[in-house]
Amino acid sequence: MKDKQDDLINYVIALGDDSLILGQRLSEWCYHAPFLEEDLALANVALDFIGRAQMFYEYASQLETRVLKENARSADQIAFLRDTRDYRNLLIVELPIGDFAFTMARQFTVDVFNQLYLQQLVNSTDSTLAAIAGKAIKETDYHLRRSQEWMLRLGDGTDESHQRMEKALKELWGYTAELFTMSAYETALLRDGISIDRTALCSDWRKIVTELLQQATLKVPSDEWQVTGGREGLHTEHQGDILAKMQYLQRTYPGLEW
Amino acid sequence: MTDKQTVHRPLFEIFIRSKRGLDHKHVGSLHAENAQQALEYARDCYTRRSEGVSIWVVNSGDIVASQEEDAASFYDPMEDKPYRHATHYVLPDSIKNM
Amino acid sequence: MTNFKLNEVELEAAFQSRIDSEQKIEPKDWMPEGYRKNLIRQMSQHAHSEVIGMQPEGNWILRAPTLRRKIVLLAKVQDEGGHGLYLYSATETLGITREELIDALHEGRAKYASIFNYPSLTWADVGTIGWLVDGAAIVNQITLQRTSYGPYARSMVRICKEESFHQRQGYEALMVMAQGSPEQKKMAQDSLNRWWWPVLMMFGPHDAESANSAKSMKWKIKRKSNDELRQAFIDQTIPQVEYLGLKVPDPDLKWNQERGQYDFGEIDWAEFERVIGGNGPCNRQRLEHHRRVDREGQWVRDALAAYEAKQQARSAA
Repeated sequence: MKDKQDDLINYVIALGDDSLILGQRLSEWCYHAPFLEEDLALANVALDFIGRAQMFYEYASQLETRVLKENARSADQIAFLRDTRDYRNLLIVELPIGDFAFTMARQFTVDVFNQLYLQQLVNSTDSTLAAIAGKAIKETDYHLRRSQEWMLRLGDGTDESHQRMEKALKELWGYTAELFTMSAYETALLRDGISIDRTALCSDWRKIVTELLQQATLKVPSDEWQVTGGREGLHTEHQGDILAKMQYLQRTYPGLEW
Repeated sequence: MTDKQTVHRPLFEIFIRSKRGLDHKHVGSLHAENAQQALEYARDCYTRRSEGVSIWVVNSGDIVASQEEDAASFYDPMEDKPYRHATHYVLPDSIKNM
Repeated sequence: MTNFKLNEVELEAAFQSRIDSEQKIEPKDWMPEGYRKNLIRQMSQHAHSEVIGMQPEGNWILRAPTLRRKIVLLAKVQDEGGHGLYLYSATETLGITREELIDALHEGRAKYASIFNYPSLTWADVGTIGWLVDGAAIVNQITLQRTSYGPYARSMVRICKEESFHQRQGYEALMVMAQGSPEQKKMAQDSLNRWWWPVLMMFGPHDAESANSAKSMKWKIKRKSNDELRQAFIDQTIPQVEYLGLKVPDPDLKWNQERGQYDFGEIDWAEFERVIGGNGPCNRQRLEHHRRVDREGQWVRDALAAYEAKQQARSAA
């Protein structure tokens, strides 16, 4: 019973980490976007992800309270006070924002995945996860609508935008495999209908992504390399940079209210 | 004046219906490459506090506006038609609502 | 047919009487060239300030100490961008494009609020900027809701409605610090020390020395003078400072029973001139950032235009 509870906490935190780290990355665009309207739009997407992370961490905190009582961590403690090895986010979300093409290519591949994933998660037997997914799916529909349009515009825009987009896709392609890799705790929760079988989403994802890339006159990169490890805390070096910034105040002044 | 087609990210006027039953109201403008994109940016730029249930966008260049020099012929003739207003008609006090 | 054409003098008289009777001027109305220029200057400066103002606070989004603070700050900085957009949009009704306005900023022909040439060094600065910088801006903007140019007044109404959360979130962040650990309290006081005088400078030079004031008041672009606004801001802010248990860095500040207002010390006008003149701590950085982002976004904007042209060609075929 306790193991199951641990699996669930790990799972919820992993989903929170995916959202937080991507939200943190997207926030970097604030006052850096190609024009003002896009600045505001990107901030909205970032806010959706950070808000989603908050919901997952609040839930993880509640779950911890059931087991650990007053020793349970708050949502903020979970978000801010772990070291690199204890974050469970996918590698693809921690990669630096790169140029606008890279940011949009990442967003598009993740948005397509999230849409497929959340469509399943709304049916989770865990009612809290289902509720979070219910809210997130609406946000995701909009995110995807945006990122999809940007793929078309940049892929089929100028020579330069096309080249930047092809380069971006190549750089991140090997990280997409992890979207479909099951962690041990996700597999354990599968039986009770709490988690989702990621591996089953791969062919749909591929189909949607391939179709859109073709429409955008972009080549689907070859699957010659794959890197995974985020779910076990085996991150890229970029994760440390993110945390150094994100945790700066909490680390410099431990244990204070802000 | 350049041709509308060649202007990058032309200006769009944004109208928002704040709730069902109300008219769309002009709230400002923004730049977008086409009407569809304008609609999406209007959502991001003008409804951050759920101000709207419906958005209209209109390319600013497509708006035909009355000119100030027409004001005299357009509006002044309407001012001497008080019979179009309910207050023009006096009713006895005993009839309270009409 | 009578000739309705009026000459310049008659037009200007009609314009002024419209202003005097508190009617709004709208985009298509006849207006003196000076009024239009003055408006473009003030409104675009206001728009640029909102956008440049994203930088000192945005500097802390990635480092915000809690999830809630992070969300609030991001939403706030995003709002500033939104306010810039409303104001550019209102300025464009005067027959000038956003591109032209931004060119003027990049070439140094247009200004932005000098306060943003100061750096945000600590987390407390995020609180102070929200509380005092936005607070000072609100004092000014509330009167501008009645400014004579319709689109400007309407965007101010919208902005004021949104700004009230900005000031409160800043004050709330400082309240937590002022009631927190000694180092937090020290951080809050240090922040107030650094920002207080620059915030008072936001209201501009004394009325007697303000170049654009007289015309702006006559045309009701400005509704209250710099000195009146500064005094109003100080009077409403000091009780808030006291509540926090902090002190403003002004030995001359004291309540004047007779005037029913606070007396306060003289602003360091040499510093004011220096920062406005381009020699503040961050002037170059702020402008260069804006230029760089604009340059780096060029290929994206080009792609957008190229794609749209292709789409139109396709649908025409």
